[in-house]
Amino acid sequence: MSATQTTPAVATEDAPTSRLSRISRLQALQILILLVVTIAVFTALRPDTFLTGFNIRGIVQNTAIYAVLGVGMTFVIITGGIDLSVGSVLVFSGVVADKIMVWYGGQGWGTVLIGLVAALASGLAWGLVNGILVAKAKVPPLVVTLGSLSAALGFAQIITKGLDLRDAPQALVNDIGFGNIVGQVPTIAVVSAVVVVFGIVLLHRTRFGLYTYAIGSNAEAGRRAGVKVERHLIKVYAFAGLLAGFAGLLNLGFFQSTTIGGQSNTPLNVIAGVAIGGTSLFGGIGSVFGTVIGLFIPIVLQNGFIQVGVQPFWQQVVVGAVLVAVVYVDQLRRAAALRGTKTRLPFLSRAGGAGSTSRKGSA
Amino acid sequence: MTAVLEARGITKHYGHVEALSGANFDVQAGEVVALIGDNGAGKSTLVRILSGAESADSGEVLFEGKPVQLTSPTDARALGMETVFQDLALAPHLSPVQNMYLGREVMRKGLLGKLGFMDSKAMRDGSRSAFDRLGATVRDLNGTVGGMSGGQRQGIAVARAAAWAQKVIFLDEPTAALGVVQTQNVLELVRRVSGEGIGVVFISHSMPHVMEVADRIQVMWRGRRVATYNKADTSMEQLVSAMTGALAQEAS
Repeated sequence: MSATQTTPAVATEDAPTSRLSRISRLQALQILILLVVTIAVFTALRPDTFLTGFNIRGIVQNTAIYAVLGVGMTFVIITGGIDLSVGSVLVFSGVVADKIMVWYGGQGWGTVLIGLVAALASGLAWGLVNGILVAKAKVPPLVVTLGSLSAALGFAQIITKGLDLRDAPQALVNDIGFGNIVGQVPTIAVVSAVVVVFGIVLLHRTRFGLYTYAIGSNAEAGRRAGVKVERHLIKVYAFAGLLAGFAGLLNLGFFQSTTIGGQSNTPLNVIAGVAIGGTSLFGGIGSVFGTVIGLFIPIVLQNGFIQVGVQPFWQQVVVGAVLVAVVYVDQLRRAAALRGTKTRLPFLSRAGGAGSTSRKGSA
Repeated sequence: MTAVLEARGITKHYGHVEALSGANFDVQAGEVVALIGDNGAGKSTLVRILSGAESADSGEVLFEGKPVQLTSPTDARALGMETVFQDLALAPHLSPVQNMYLGREVMRKGLLGKLGFMDSKAMRDGSRSAFDRLGATVRDLNGTVGGMSGGQRQGIAVARAAAWAQKVIFLDEPTAALGVVQTQNVLELVRRVSGEGIGVVFISHSMPHVMEVADRIQVMWRGRRVATYNKADTSMEQLVSAMTGALAQEAS
């Protein structure tokens, strides 16, 4: 994916960088090194097949949809939240988009555009539901999104009577799902890279990004400073939902199916990628760039294991171990850099303000 | 001379508990007023009301002689009043600059600003000059506030309030958690802030700090002001006896 070549998140000198964001970038860098080493090892073991255009293309394609979800997830986790519903929202949006495109008819770009609007609207709607329940009703994000994980999938199955839809228009399948924008560069990866770059800019350059960090760091401080914390949380979950909806359309193009039964591990895989990439599950720290690297690692491992003849199931074992190790190291470093960190995962508690008593010592 | 901020007969009940029973208070521009009293005397409640964080049951708040309604901290901020709470309300993962401007970001000019892009350079320059002006020791504008010492954090919180306050600053126990050197820095900061013509309301339990920094001292006891002293005319013994209820009626 071309996003790996974009400059690391907050590189230029006029961006206010903090020690913690430097640490998280350092972590993203270390993960990048791990990724490069992994690639180097597989390349050495299978020089003729691993680092070929065809294989890279497959890896990048397989990462593209996760990366779109990962951008939204990174924002949510930085606020101290979590979104378990992304896989179901992806399926739901794909189903709605498919139904509407079939109703509209045709195989061309007009149909795809209609489907895009439908997918984005579906995702946005679920995101708003998540956001409002988290921010206004103060239900813990873990519970809210566990609920919408179940409900969105249920609605998708009700609409389809449980059978996958496979009638996406040709333009979507051939040009976006499998097409190349130029040479062997897959369109889906370029689309995904655009989303990633947008996410990086939004997170590190804009007020939206700053408020996202501020809420994860100390929501009460933000509130007293005049930040509309609830409204911003709703926007962040809505953004994650919107991207899940977009991913639903890409998914439909790539798999030519709504993949109703195939997304149950998606949220956990995306969350693992976000965490491996250095975004703290405690909120306040993180980067989209790291997330992309964190998402590449499992996919590269799986691909490589298959190529070298190791049972691909080892990938799950390795990813699990890497995840725990990365989060452990992150905790040690944060404890050193930031005294009095929270000890309880914020997405288990009410959004915005809950952790404020336990955070008192740290401000 | 009209007080920049004055409270008259403020009452506040929490259920059956009477936190304030007709409290009076006043602060002039450019002076440091210490607000002292035992635990539960109503100091923090009074400050919360004056800074708009809570509303009074009855009584009057006058800002530069005119009655005002403070229904939210935003109201108070709009009048040029800032509060440094005991917990400082800083975001530990953000830098001093980001904390300084949180909620008041300087946006880029033109379209970029409308799209939400911030003018980082302007904010950094503004923070640096604010910290320098007040002598707050912030060594690393890019470091995270959470990684800084208690004194530096206190300095950042006070400097932030001072940078935005035009009229009044409330400081709730600003020296409670600090060492000797850091305390001196904060007290020095308080003097500089008042030197700029801002009224400083300084809540503290520490009589030596009060005696060092305050121009006037107002003593609260059981939800009312029972005494006001000029620093020159009082002693720690007198303050302590007033705090413990030796005076039943307001003296001044």
